[in-house]
Amino acid sequence: MTAMPAPAHTDALTGAAKFSVRDLDFYYGDFHALTGITIDVRENAVTAFIGPSGCGKSTFLRCLNRMNDLIPGTRIDGTITLDGEDIYGPGVDPVDLRRRVGMIFQQPNPFPMSIYDNVAFGPRLHGIKNKAQLDEIVEQALVRANLWKEVKDIMGRGGLTLSGGQQQRLCIARVLAVQPDVLLMDEPCSAIDPTSVQKVEDLMADLKSSVTIIIVTHNMQQAARVSDETAFFLQERQGEPAELIEFGRTAEIFTSPHDRRTEDYITGRFG
Amino acid sequence: MGKRLTNRIAVGVLWLCGLTTVLVLGAVIVYVFVQGIGQITPEFILTAPHGVNAEGGIGPTIVATIYVTGLAMLIVTPVAVLAAVYLAEYAVQGRLVNTIRFAADTLASVPSIVMGLFGFALFIEAMGLGFSVLSGALALSFLMLPIVMRATEEAIRAVPRFIRWGSYGLGASKWQTVSRIVLPAALPRILTGLILAMGRAVGETAVVIFTMGQAIYMPLVPLDPGRSMTVHLYTLAMEGINMDAAYGTALLLMVMILIFNLSARWLAARNRRLKG
Repeated sequence: MTAMPAPAHTDALTGAAKFSVRDLDFYYGDFHALTGITIDVRENAVTAFIGPSGCGKSTFLRCLNRMNDLIPGTRIDGTITLDGEDIYGPGVDPVDLRRRVGMIFQQPNPFPMSIYDNVAFGPRLHGIKNKAQLDEIVEQALVRANLWKEVKDIMGRGGLTLSGGQQQRLCIARVLAVQPDVLLMDEPCSAIDPTSVQKVEDLMADLKSSVTIIIVTHNMQQAARVSDETAFFLQERQGEPAELIEFGRTAEIFTSPHDRRTEDYITGRFG
Repeated sequence: MGKRLTNRIAVGVLWLCGLTTVLVLGAVIVYVFVQGIGQITPEFILTAPHGVNAEGGIGPTIVATIYVTGLAMLIVTPVAVLAAVYLAEYAVQGRLVNTIRFAADTLASVPSIVMGLFGFALFIEAMGLGFSVLSGALALSFLMLPIVMRATEEAIRAVPRFIRWGSYGLGASKWQTVSRIVLPAALPRILTGLILAMGRAVGETAVVIFTMGQAIYMPLVPLDPGRSMTVHLYTLAMEGINMDAAYGTALLLMVMILIFNLSARWLAARNRRLKG
């Protein structure tokens, strides 16, 4: 059986587990999308989820901040804990959870308002009104998102007037402004230009000392470049749920995978 | 008959039909313009009518028209927008929502004279508000409600899902997302619907004649009666009192409605540019 107990991957990194997932099954109505997912995501590391299209890696990502709750008819079995606390537990408000677990989407999605207001949106949402305090949060978030130099003189301009890559970094700044512990990135680079891809990858390396990052990517070179650990997901047959096939140190997954299916995918035999 | 000839005839007929629309509009505008332009002076716009033949200006009717339309807009906007938010964002899509939508569409097609009669029965007879700007505004708001509600609902549905996700992803609640992201993003299209509804209200006669009356005074408080431009035009023309003033009023009315329609178009175009 392929669902391995979490710590079983060889040569585990030493960081504490941020997310611990045990025996997760996920359903869209009658459709069984994921089965038996068990994984520990390390704190202050970059974890990549790879696999062919439709293998459930984005679905799994959205379980981690309960974004799937917004889709009617979805259901999960199993447990997911964040810092030891069950995020699907009875006392947990998904709205609070999403502040701690920020998300970046494939399509840059700035709000139709100024650059400043985009970044200040989250802090304002959570009650910060003081102008000087907001200014500082906005500047810091933009610096961390590698965008400050480009926009510091045009803060009043509409977020939608920026280039696609700048928009994506604006969205990253917007999330960082609410001080999340975790950043979920759902194919953040697949809709932006190569220069911006470079900048996004650079900022991931800078951020991981303070934020746990999980990135879903189709681009295996990118997974190899940016991540410390890699998880390979696969739906083996149409209509059957997807599974976690292999999880381990990125270097090991890419050079000496234990599972033949991982090797086939890495070497481009399918997908 | 060859294919090419058939095609030419078809295109010709379509072109003629299209041209007819433009010609009818053009004819109405030109006729009213020629008949009315001689009347349009500052005095006509600003002063009150006087004498047995309603000489002088139509100032109070312009004020009454803007007053009743503005008040109707203040009444209808919150109700229509919140109803649309409920329908588009909160209601479980199903039979109830479809019923509400069907009711709105039917409400939009109720003949305005029936709406006027109903307004008279409800606001004047039952509630005792008298022939007044307030009664007129309430009755007009019935007329505007379905237009604004449906326009707002469409506007809300047109806001892309991924923009909402961005907001939820920051820990926004549903109401925070709706009020701070969805409604502002939908605002230009909501305004377009509102302006079109106001244009409709400005041109409405039957509803206001039943509810606001025909008194030719300058209305001050909402419980004052008043005579709208359309009612003034109707009275002047039907009783043959002063055809020149009737055409002058007609021209001003058309200009006002044209301004409403052009600003709605301008808003829609500006909105497309911003998004594009």
